[in-house]
Amino acid sequence: MTLTRRTALIAGLGTLAVGALPGMAFAAAPTNRRLLFVIQRGAADGLAIAAPIGDPAFAAARRTLADEAATGAKLDGMFTLHPALSGAAGLFVAREAHVAHAVATAYRDRSHFDGQNMLEAGGTRPYGRDDGWLNRLLALLPASERDALAIAPAVPLALRGALPVGTYAPSRLPQADADLIARLSSLYAKDELLHPLWDSAIKTQELAGDIGGNNGRNGAELGALAASLMAPADGARVMMVETGGWDTHSGQRGRLAAQLRGLDQLVGAVKTGLGAEWSSTLVIVATEFGRTVAVNGTGGTDHGTGSAALLFGGALAAGGKVSADWPGLSAGSLLDGRDLKPTRSLEGVIAEAVAHHYGLDPARAKKALYPEVLA
Amino acid sequence: MAIQYLAANRFGLGRRWDDPAIDDPKAWLLRQLAEFDPAPPAIAALEGRAAIASAYIDYRQDRQAMRREAADAAEMSEEEKGMDPELRRLSRSAIRRHYVDGAAARLTTAVASPTPFAERLTHFWANHFAVSADKIAVIGFTGNYEFEAIRPNIMGKFSDLLIAAVRHPAMLLYLDQAQSFGPDSPVAARRQRRGAQGPGLNENLAREILELHTLGVRTGYTQADVTDFAKALTGLTVAGLGRGAGQRLMPAGAQPGETVFIAQLHQPGEQTILGKRYADGGAKQAEAVLRDLAIHPATAKHVATKLARHFTADDPPPALVARLSADFQKTGGDLPSLYRTLITSPEPWQAGPAMFKSPWDWTVSLMRGLKLPALGERQNIPALFTQLGQPVWRPGSPAGYDDKVATWAGSAALMQRVELASRIAGRIGDRTDARRLAPLLLSDALDPATGEAIARADSPGQGLAMLFASPAFLRR
Repeated sequence: MTLTRRTALIAGLGTLAVGALPGMAFAAAPTNRRLLFVIQRGAADGLAIAAPIGDPAFAAARRTLADEAATGAKLDGMFTLHPALSGAAGLFVAREAHVAHAVATAYRDRSHFDGQNMLEAGGTRPYGRDDGWLNRLLALLPASERDALAIAPAVPLALRGALPVGTYAPSRLPQADADLIARLSSLYAKDELLHPLWDSAIKTQELAGDIGGNNGRNGAELGALAASLMAPADGARVMMVETGGWDTHSGQRGRLAAQLRGLDQLVGAVKTGLGAEWSSTLVIVATEFGRTVAVNGTGGTDHGTGSAALLFGGALAAGGKVSADWPGLSAGSLLDGRDLKPTRSLEGVIAEAVAHHYGLDPARAKKALYPEVLA
Repeated sequence: MAIQYLAANRFGLGRRWDDPAIDDPKAWLLRQLAEFDPAPPAIAALEGRAAIASAYIDYRQDRQAMRREAADAAEMSEEEKGMDPELRRLSRSAIRRHYVDGAAARLTTAVASPTPFAERLTHFWANHFAVSADKIAVIGFTGNYEFEAIRPNIMGKFSDLLIAAVRHPAMLLYLDQAQSFGPDSPVAARRQRRGAQGPGLNENLAREILELHTLGVRTGYTQADVTDFAKALTGLTVAGLGRGAGQRLMPAGAQPGETVFIAQLHQPGEQTILGKRYADGGAKQAEAVLRDLAIHPATAKHVATKLARHFTADDPPPALVARLSADFQKTGGDLPSLYRTLITSPEPWQAGPAMFKSPWDWTVSLMRGLKLPALGERQNIPALFTQLGQPVWRPGSPAGYDDKVATWAGSAALMQRVELASRIAGRIGDRTDARRLAPLLLSDALDPATGEAIARADSPGQGLAMLFASPAFLRR
C-alpha cells in the first residue's frame, strides 16, 4: 500500500519535478512508521549472539564459550541464539526477529573509535564524513516523520547532519523554573551553538513528561523510555539508543550474558511500550566489528571483523530467519587467520531493511544512506 | 582580546572568588609550572595501594565464600553467582569508599588550587591515559592512579609519565595485563604438560598503548607488532590480586597492590616491534619498547594534536600542532617545555567561543567562584558528575572522554547544567551578589547582554543561575 502511494506521489509530481526536487521525489507518503537504531559500542561478539553450532570448527575454537551456545534457542540447522536472548527467541518464532550474520561495515581494522565512526557515518574511511546515515535517512522521509531523537547527552554521529535532531538524557535534578528558562532563551537567542541546543532541550523536556525520574540504566528501563518517547503520535519517529560494555577482552561468559539480557529486555520493553505501533516499527541492533573466533588466554575474545546484526519489528522482510553467506570457521576460512570473514556488507543489510520498512526504492535508499559504500 | 578570561578559563579552571586580578597572564601561567604541588593535603591524606588492594581482596573472598555455599552456582551467571545482594553491597563498600574519597580529594584540590593550569594538565593526562572504574578490580585504584602515576610525572618527561601510567595496578588491571601470560612461558608450558588449558596472552594493553597512548591510531603498526608487544609485556602484573598460578609465584614480601614482574610468566625470547628487535631482558624488554615508543615522531604528533585541541579548538591549528610536535621531538618529550610553548604561542589566545567546558571543568569553575559551599554536606560527588554526564574516572573506554565541543554541548546536558545552577542558586543565591561576581569571574569577557540579563533577574538567586548558565561561563 505504501509503495502504491509513493508511486502515486511521484507520478503526480511528474518527471520534471523528480529531477528538480530529489529530496521530495524519494520521500514516501506519510505513515506511522518508527525506526530505532541501537548501537552496541565495543564490538559485540556475533559468534556468541548467534552461535554457529553447526559449523564443525566452532566447538574447538570457542572451547568453554561453545557450551553455553548449546543451551540457547535453535534458530535453524546451523545457528542457536544466545540463551540470555530468551525474549528475542520468542520474537524469532513469531517472525519478528531476524539475524544477519557474517556482516561487517567497510572497516577492516580493529580500533573501536574508527570502527564506530564508520558504522555511524557510513563512509569508506574513519573520520571521512561528519554526518551520519540516520540523519541522511531523514531527508528521504516525509517532513512529518523527521522527528529524530537520541537518548544521549550529545547527538551521536549517526544522527548528526543537515537536519535537526534532539537529544534526551533523563534527569533526576529538579527542573528549572519556567521564568529562568524563558530568560535564558533570550540570553541564548544570538548564540549559534546554544540557541538550537536550548530549543531542543525545552522541547524534549516537555515531550519526556512523566518519565523524567527514570535513570534509564538497565535495558528494560531504557527500552521503556525509548518507547515512551516514540509512542505518542507527535513523538520521535527515528531514534537512537547507545549501549556500551560490549568489549569483552576477558571473562566474556558472564559479562556478555548480562549485556545480552539487558538488550533482550530493552527490545521487549520497546515492543510492550509501543503496543499496536510495534507492527510498524523496525529496530536495528548493530556493532562496529566482531571479535576473534578463538578464545584468548583470559576467557575473552579480542578485536575481530565479522559479526552479526539483529533486526526486530512487526513487519520484517524475513522474520524468523538467519541470513548469512556463511564463510565457515575452519582455519583456512578465517580472515587474517583469526576473524570471522565478513561476506556481506552491514551497510547493505541496514539499507535494505530501512528501504523495506519505509517502502523506499532499495537502490535509492542505498545511495542516500551510503553514497560512498553502496553507490 | 579577553586575555584575563582566557588565562583563567581556557588554561585554568576559572577564577576563584578570592583570586587577585591576573596582571600578566603568561607569567601567571608559567609560574604555575614551578609552583605545582603534586601532593596537596587532600590527596596526601588518602590511603595507599595496600589498603585499596586489601579492600578488593576482602570483597573477592566474601564473594567466593558465598559462591561455595550456593549449591547450584554452576547454573548461574558470573553476575548472579551466590551473591546475596546485601552482602555484595556491603563488601563492595570498602572498594567504593576509596573511589568516593579519591573523587572528593580530586574535587577539593581542583577547587582550592592556586595552580589551576597545572591541575588542568593533570586532568588532561589522566584522560589521555584513561582507566575506567567499570571493572570492580579497578574502582578502588582510580584515585590512586591519578595521584601516584599521573600527578607526580606531569612536569617530567613523557616517557616517565607513560611508564608510570602503564605500570600502575589500575592500568594493569583495566587493560587485562595482570592476567596476560606468555604462551611459551615456564608457567604456561608446565600447565600444557599437565593437559590444562592456558592462561594465555591478552593483547589489550599492548594495542591501547600503541593506538591511544603513544603512536595513535592508523600510524602504521601491524597486528604482528601488537602481538609481539603484548608478549614483551608479559610478566608485568599486580601482587595479591591475580588468580591461580600468578598468585603462587608472587615474590616473597610483595605487598598486595604492588606492581611486580614475574619472570616465569614472561614470554621468553626476542620480540620485533616496528621493525626493531628487542632482546629478552625480562622486565627491561617492555621498558625498552616503551622508551622507544615515547619518543617516536608519531607519538610527538599524537600528543601535540591532543594537547593543542584541548587548549584551542576541535580542529587544532596546524601551526600550533607542528610547533608542539617539533618541540616534543627536540626535547625528547620534555613536558614543561611543551607547556611553555603552548603558553607563548598565539593560537590559544585567540578570542571567540572556541571550546565548551566539560561537566567537570564547569562544576569546578562554579565552585571556585563561590565563597559559600555550592553543594550541601551530603552531596554525593560521584553521583553528581554521573548525572552531569561525566562520571569521575569512568569514561567507559580506554580512549577516555572525547575532547570536542559536541562531546559536551548537548541539549540535555545544557538543561542539566541549568538545573544544577538553579538548585545551587536556590541554596545560596540570597547571600551572593551575582552582579558583583560576574565581572570578577568573566572579567574581560563579560558582555553587556549578560551583565544586563543578570542585573534584570527577578531575584538574586535567578541572577546567580544566569551567571553560571551564561554563554561565557559555559565556555572556556
